[in-house]
Amino acid sequence: MSTLNNTPGKMGFIIGASSVGTLIEWYDFYIFGMLAKVISSQFFPEDSGTAALLSTLAIFAAGFIVRPFGALVFGRLGDLIGRKYTFLLTLVLMGGSTFAIGLIPGYVTIGWWAPLLVLLLRLVQGLALGGEYGGAATYVAEHAPINRRGFWTSWIQTTATLGLFLALGVIILIRKSQSITDFESEWGGWRYPFWISLLLVFVSIIIRMRMSESPLFEKIKSSGKTSKNPLKESFGNKANFKMVLLALFGAVMGQGVVWYTGQFYAQSFLENTCGVNFEDSRNIILVAILFATPFFVIFGSWSDRVGRKWIILTGMLVAACSYYFIYDSMLNTTSATTKRALFSSATEPSSVVTVDSKRPNVLHRITKYDTLYSDGAKFSFTKTDTITLLEKSVPNTKELKIVVDSNANALVYSRKAGPKTVLENGSATVTAKSISKKHALSVEKALDRSSFWYLSFLVFIQVFFVTMVYGPIAAFLVEMFPTKIRYTSMSLPYHIGNGVFGGLVPFLSTLMVELSKSNGGTGNPLIGLGYPISVALLCFIIGTIYLKNKPALSE
Amino acid sequence: MNLLKKYLGIVWMLLAPTIIAFLFLQANDKIAAATVANKTNTILQWSIILVIFIPITTGLFIFGKYAWNNEYEE
Repeated sequence: MSTLNNTPGKMGFIIGASSVGTLIEWYDFYIFGMLAKVISSQFFPEDSGTAALLSTLAIFAAGFIVRPFGALVFGRLGDLIGRKYTFLLTLVLMGGSTFAIGLIPGYVTIGWWAPLLVLLLRLVQGLALGGEYGGAATYVAEHAPINRRGFWTSWIQTTATLGLFLALGVIILIRKSQSITDFESEWGGWRYPFWISLLLVFVSIIIRMRMSESPLFEKIKSSGKTSKNPLKESFGNKANFKMVLLALFGAVMGQGVVWYTGQFYAQSFLENTCGVNFEDSRNIILVAILFATPFFVIFGSWSDRVGRKWIILTGMLVAACSYYFIYDSMLNTTSATTKRALFSSATEPSSVVTVDSKRPNVLHRITKYDTLYSDGAKFSFTKTDTITLLEKSVPNTKELKIVVDSNANALVYSRKAGPKTVLENGSATVTAKSISKKHALSVEKALDRSSFWYLSFLVFIQVFFVTMVYGPIAAFLVEMFPTKIRYTSMSLPYHIGNGVFGGLVPFLSTLMVELSKSNGGTGNPLIGLGYPISVALLCFIIGTIYLKNKPALSE
Repeated sequence: MNLLKKYLGIVWMLLAPTIIAFLFLQANDKIAAATVANKTNTILQWSIILVIFIPITTGLFIFGKYAWNNEYEE
């Protein structure tokens, strides 16, 4: 048995100091994903909104993909030189790269250097995060009494969610203090969350400098029993490698997809699929996180008594079985077809016609109207008609191009007056064959009170599942591996499970929904859930059969 | 339970190449169906997915092999 006898006060300081740094690392990592749309428009020049979003998501995924490499690099370092200095280094790297992203000029100013630099810094962020978590979890677990590891490490587990909460809160505050134009301009408010990171990291570094090394690591170091080659001992030794594989396929893989579905996919689904406006969707996530976060500690503590296995696996199973119904309900709650319209300005919409700045033969007609519903909800519709005049069908004149839109209202585009001038309801017409038309309808939904709380409840349930799978996972991983190679051995499966399987949930789910639209239909908005559900079920089966629900191990 | 663990090892060993074959087929389909404008983006996306999942499914195969060899026996 370990001889640890830290007082609750000392444990409180250890937890606080470790958690603040980890929380800031998560904050740094999340703000990039949350500001994906504006980052996409600033750094990735794409005409198609979806392509730009996918590009950013790809970088988002790239950030997660490099996390396993960070786990190897810093895990090895942590097992060789100690936990304290390693996770101090990861904090500096994370804070520095986050701050630097906020300093990169946009694509309009420095061209391709902008996306390239963002990509490189994003990779550094991924590396740093890969080293941070394992260090913090190991450090706390190695200070905690063995029979209370679940409880104490669960505080570290809350940081991933609280980091999300902090990032959302900061973004909402800044967004509210500025107009959307100011917020999204090249040097606008979207950069402030990146700059704030420097201050947060500075404070955290000062706190961490005061911390002492893990007592268990000190013990094996003083007796000369540290690993000479942690990578070889972790992955070249069959007895340990088989546990690494079991940890990945029997626990962390499913935990990762449940985590990302509950906290990231839910938000993306609310905004992009349900059309809920920015403010409501962010507030829903904030409310859900606020009420669910205490359950990390409750499940972590409970796992000290009943074991980790069944809490984690039950969370996985109920999540996989209920996702379809939860997301279907989210869709129905925000659907206009389930509501009674009281008033709509659609009969007198306001319409603006502009010429595309890059393609003078393309016209955009943007029509806006609002609909009020009996439950108090207000949906704002924006209809965009893109009308392209085919060059070969242009009437034989140098003066005018004449286009007819889908409603047979003639729009006259005067070449003589320059591409910015458009006259509506002109009298000249051409045949419909000469025109290519594309229509898009976007909706921004301001929710009524009951829908808001119901959606908050649905997201809360998902975060509750997250607390079941994630609350006990640090203690579970720590107990699978011996002290001398713990940092390396637990970091890799954790970051493959969360970084690769979890991190790809938004990307693969978006891709699946987009592909379901490829035949020209509207697609199935729920098809994206197929990925997290199948991974969670597979992991549940493997975990149930192969994992042991063993009591805490002695060192 | 030990027998179940052992024989499921075959399932994991078979599942690994099946997943890879499925991903290659999907990649091939989607890249072929992509428009000219989207071609590069589609190739990039599927290349990333394949590069990530090949080592992971290799891990799943090894996991199955260990199970078949009774490495996870109680």
